[in-house]
Amino acid sequence: MTKKVKDEILHDHNQDGIDRRGFLKCMAWAGTGALCVMQGGVLKSYSLSRLSDLGPSAAAAGELSFVQISDSHMGFNKPANPDVAGTLKAAVDKINALSNAPEFLLHTGDISHLSKPEEFDTVDQILKATRKEVFFVPGEHDVLNDDGAQFRERYGKGAKGAGWYSFEKKGVHFIGLVNVMNLKAGGLGTLGHEQLEWLEDDVKHLKSSTPIVVFAHIPLWTVYPDWGWGTDDSAQALAYLKKFGSVTVLNGHIHQTMQKVEGNVTFHTAASTAFPQPQPGKADSPGPMKVPAEQLRSVLGITDVNYVRGQQALAVVDSSLA
Amino acid sequence: MRRRVWILVLAAPVVAAAVLLVSGARGFAASAEQAQASNVEVKIDNFSFGPTTLTVAAGTTVTWTNRDDIPHTVVSDDKVFKSKVLDTDEKFSYTFTRPGTYGYFCSIHPKMTGKVVVQ
Repeated sequence: MTKKVKDEILHDHNQDGIDRRGFLKCMAWAGTGALCVMQGGVLKSYSLSRLSDLGPSAAAAGELSFVQISDSHMGFNKPANPDVAGTLKAAVDKINALSNAPEFLLHTGDISHLSKPEEFDTVDQILKATRKEVFFVPGEHDVLNDDGAQFRERYGKGAKGAGWYSFEKKGVHFIGLVNVMNLKAGGLGTLGHEQLEWLEDDVKHLKSSTPIVVFAHIPLWTVYPDWGWGTDDSAQALAYLKKFGSVTVLNGHIHQTMQKVEGNVTFHTAASTAFPQPQPGKADSPGPMKVPAEQLRSVLGITDVNYVRGQQALAVVDSSLA
Repeated sequence: MRRRVWILVLAAPVVAAAVLLVSGARGFAASAEQAQASNVEVKIDNFSFGPTTLTVAAGTTVTWTNRDDIPHTVVSDDKVFKSKVLDTDEKFSYTFTRPGTYGYFCSIHPKMTGKVVVQ
């Protein structure tokens, strides 16, 4: 893609710097490696190939940059992808090739496919090649058989409850949440009372100008309830974050990129590094979607996130492995 | 005289064993037939249980087989039964002895629900 497009706000109904036309246009590019940046109330989109055209204030030269990967499903070996280790390695190569090296990685869960120790070991081994710190939250595939004990042992040192925690990097407050425990029949993801109370307390004393990044496995907005793509008590969590001027929510689970903006909150889901899943309602079930082998890497990907002080939104860029 | 006694003594246990064997075999055959009649399958595929509602007689063993390309579990709503994680082609069986309605779901994908009605 070589076109550079500038969109100006026509009708800013919610006064959040985005109008529907601009947003939809940006959304259509999101899966192909486009950068949507909000600068001074104007939504601009640039293709990844023209990143050099961006000025010094653009997200490419941000103050904090990190990468989100998700749904590596180590151990999966069915036709949709017989080599999930290979595609995870391709994701690592992509990360190592980024001109703006990330400071750390976020993994939004389903690290393993069957919660087996050797599956976790393999992912750890492959991610070592990034030489970066990795922060994890569990997916439902990571807490099988043992209520998440193994996950917490490996990745939850210092975390509370089922594995939630927060940390700060360059003035940005990161919150890792767990919404894959104690799932009820017929239900969606769930955070639970204890975690919500912890969250309220965790952000209570932060200044409203602190940029917030929340990461959790299952989407914290209702993408498609029929397939369980949502969290039943996320509204309460978002209520605790209402005072903040910039909230970015990063999720996984649905194995495709999707983005939604609601006021000061930008919701984003990452592609999987293992296999794609169908768009909501486009198939009988949300299972692994088989694509022609030569197309597989184009539907898997990583997400590069940049924060520039003074900009309201974090710039979120998805790029595929091919 | 003694020989006859020996024969009798020898024969008795042999006859007894033969009788036991025959009755035992008949017994095994009967339970095998019974087992076939009271063993019902639920197929797990495409993120659903098929059939979703299953009606069986008390004493029936239900076997869930995962034919999906993703793992699932079978967990009773009321903690009556719980399978380990079932990968493709793995099975879980439970024998329902008491009448009642048993709702269950997949704990990994909770939107997947099913019901066994035991009469």
